[in-house]
Amino acid sequence: MNELRTILGDVVTRLFTDRVTKDLIEAAEQGQWPEPLWRAVEENGLTLPVVPESKGGAGGTWADAYIVMRAAGRHAVPLPLAETIVGAWVLSESGLDVPTGPLTLAPVHRDETLRLTRAGGGWRLSGTAARVPWGGAAGHVVVVAEGERRVMVALAARGAGAVARDQNLAREPRDTLTFDGAPVVAAAPAGRRVPANAIWLYGALARSAQMAGGLDYLLRQAAQYATERRQFGKPIGSFQAIQQNLAVLAGHTAAAGTAAANACRAADRGDPAFEVAVAKVRVGEAVGIGASIAHQTHGAIGFTYEHALQFTTRRLWAWRAEFGGESDWAVELGRSVCERGADALWPQLTAR
Amino acid sequence: MQTFHFELGELPPEAEALRAQVREFLRRELGDAPPVQRAHSWGGFDREFSRKMGARGWIAMTWPKRYGGHERSALERYVVLEEMLAAGAPVSAHWIADRQSGPLLLRFGTEAQRQKFLPAIARGELSFAIGMSEPDAGSDLASLRTRAERVDGGYRVNGTKVWTSNAHLADYMIATFRTHHDPAKKHDGLSQFLVDTKLQGITMSPIIDLAGSHHFNMVVFEDVFVPEDMRVGEEGAGWKQVTTELAFERSGPERYLSSLALVLELIRHAAKDPGERAAAVVGRLVAHLATLRQMSLSVAVMLQAGENPNLEAAVVKDVGTTFEQEIPEIVHALLGVEPTIDSGSDLQQVLGFLVQRAPSFSLRGGTREILRGIIARGLGLR
Repeated sequence: MNELRTILGDVVTRLFTDRVTKDLIEAAEQGQWPEPLWRAVEENGLTLPVVPESKGGAGGTWADAYIVMRAAGRHAVPLPLAETIVGAWVLSESGLDVPTGPLTLAPVHRDETLRLTRAGGGWRLSGTAARVPWGGAAGHVVVVAEGERRVMVALAARGAGAVARDQNLAREPRDTLTFDGAPVVAAAPAGRRVPANAIWLYGALARSAQMAGGLDYLLRQAAQYATERRQFGKPIGSFQAIQQNLAVLAGHTAAAGTAAANACRAADRGDPAFEVAVAKVRVGEAVGIGASIAHQTHGAIGFTYEHALQFTTRRLWAWRAEFGGESDWAVELGRSVCERGADALWPQLTAR
Repeated sequence: MQTFHFELGELPPEAEALRAQVREFLRRELGDAPPVQRAHSWGGFDREFSRKMGARGWIAMTWPKRYGGHERSALERYVVLEEMLAAGAPVSAHWIADRQSGPLLLRFGTEAQRQKFLPAIARGELSFAIGMSEPDAGSDLASLRTRAERVDGGYRVNGTKVWTSNAHLADYMIATFRTHHDPAKKHDGLSQFLVDTKLQGITMSPIIDLAGSHHFNMVVFEDVFVPEDMRVGEEGAGWKQVTTELAFERSGPERYLSSLALVLELIRHAAKDPGERAAAVVGRLVAHLATLRQMSLSVAVMLQAGENPNLEAAVVKDVGTTFEQEIPEIVHALLGVEPTIDSGSDLQQVLGFLVQRAPSFSLRGGTREILRGIIARGLGLR
């Protein structure tokens, strides 16, 4: 890892360790927007890692973004930080200015389409996007939409559409936004590197990175708990049954981190479709097994709201299904592999 | 708390250039090999093939030139290795020597031993077996009892080794014997030796595996004289050397590619008419495969950098063997075809071979339970 990335890792870890407390997460789950935390994140330059410096960003790479998104997952940060990172990249890649403040993405489902139509000198946005992360709280929505037979990127301000509030398992806002000829702040044809499914694809990338961080937390937490909790006169971690389970968790955590980091590296190379599919499938599976082992290790205390374990496990269960679950991505990946044929598999694996 | 560190690895251009040559070689050598033959992966033993590998400089790639090596990088070796495994090349005649016996001699052997053995290994002419396990020393390796007693000019060896793969084909064995016995300190008093498999007093009998194949042997030593100059390393330093050797054994790509032939047959089958269910299964397997390759490559890069990724290697082996072992199960769940021996489709034959071979994946080179114990120690649990 290069030195700058190590520094970035230290900055995010320190910031989140200090500020993302149990009380803060609980308040967020009650519906409170953690404005001071957001400002600290923004002031530390963590929201725009993949936006060029000329556009006010950090001028970094997806490998840098991975550090931030993974840390956000590890600390259960109750902000649309990953969404902002992806949204800002979509905007800047399409030649649009990136506003300050939190961004979100729409639509987040593959079968939903938003439409842009020309009206006077500008564009108007129509359609419904369900379960948009922080749809009501984010300052702007970054939209990838159909407009006059081409893929367009648009920026809509908060309040441009009607908001129906809902939440996911982790009580993060997941709001339905309905636009009915709403004016947009800006719009442009999608950039060369922004495919029609950019939100789906990069959303899955972001969730994979967050989940890899969440798993890392589960592993550390479960291993620590196993050395502290005593039964039969010794730490439960001295029992082979527990050791074997935690070794399995370690394997899945390592696989998840590798798959997510590799997807980010592929994004830096320009075409991450294969690696994102790999990551969302592999990390998602790791999450199912990992959360189960972490809870089994913690016993009844880990099943309470009082214990912090659930902040992470509930997020992992929710994120696993967002931007496509394992089955969506596995089918897509499997079809593309079958299409290329068996003999192309190994050359493809080694070419990436 | 320590967690495991898997930095993404990148292969240098010279390693990628080599890949094309290796593929061309394999196309010529194995062009029409049937899938079930390729499914033997690193089990195939073919001295002629090993000599051709040696002639191309693809054995002993990282060793010093003065011992017949080629002073290339560990990553170039990694590329050759993964291409051989992915193609199911019969590497067994040089594999053990290239992977662990040679490196062991490089590290602990005498100059005379290096001069005598390493160049021949590098040419693909000298085949090695590993004499570790005994009837009462499997996972509990330090309990091994085969005695090497000092006699004039060397040692007299008595005892029994089991599960010694390809001992009946190999020229030499690196064997670990007990040179000193103290029940309270069983890790002490072990020593390693270079044993000519043709020595007087050695009796080999085949142990036939459940599929009817012969690669295991029982090797009985009765008053076998091993000269002093065939001891590897210090007397009594065997345990440290064995654990070093096992680290060489655990870190390679052979720990996730054993069932690749079945994945490829499944894709061939599914590609004819990929329904959603088959596509999902293929996609999941490819996701695991792609991730394991990156994990394995990451370990290779750490090794090249002179780091000591023993824990990461144990993680890759555990995750990798779990994956390669579940593939026959997954193919059965999806297709329900009968696994066969010599009849039926390629897929059925590959399935038949691998369903019978798979139990060994999480036994050889350290059982799953032993590896997970090592990982748990890395997590600070023991």
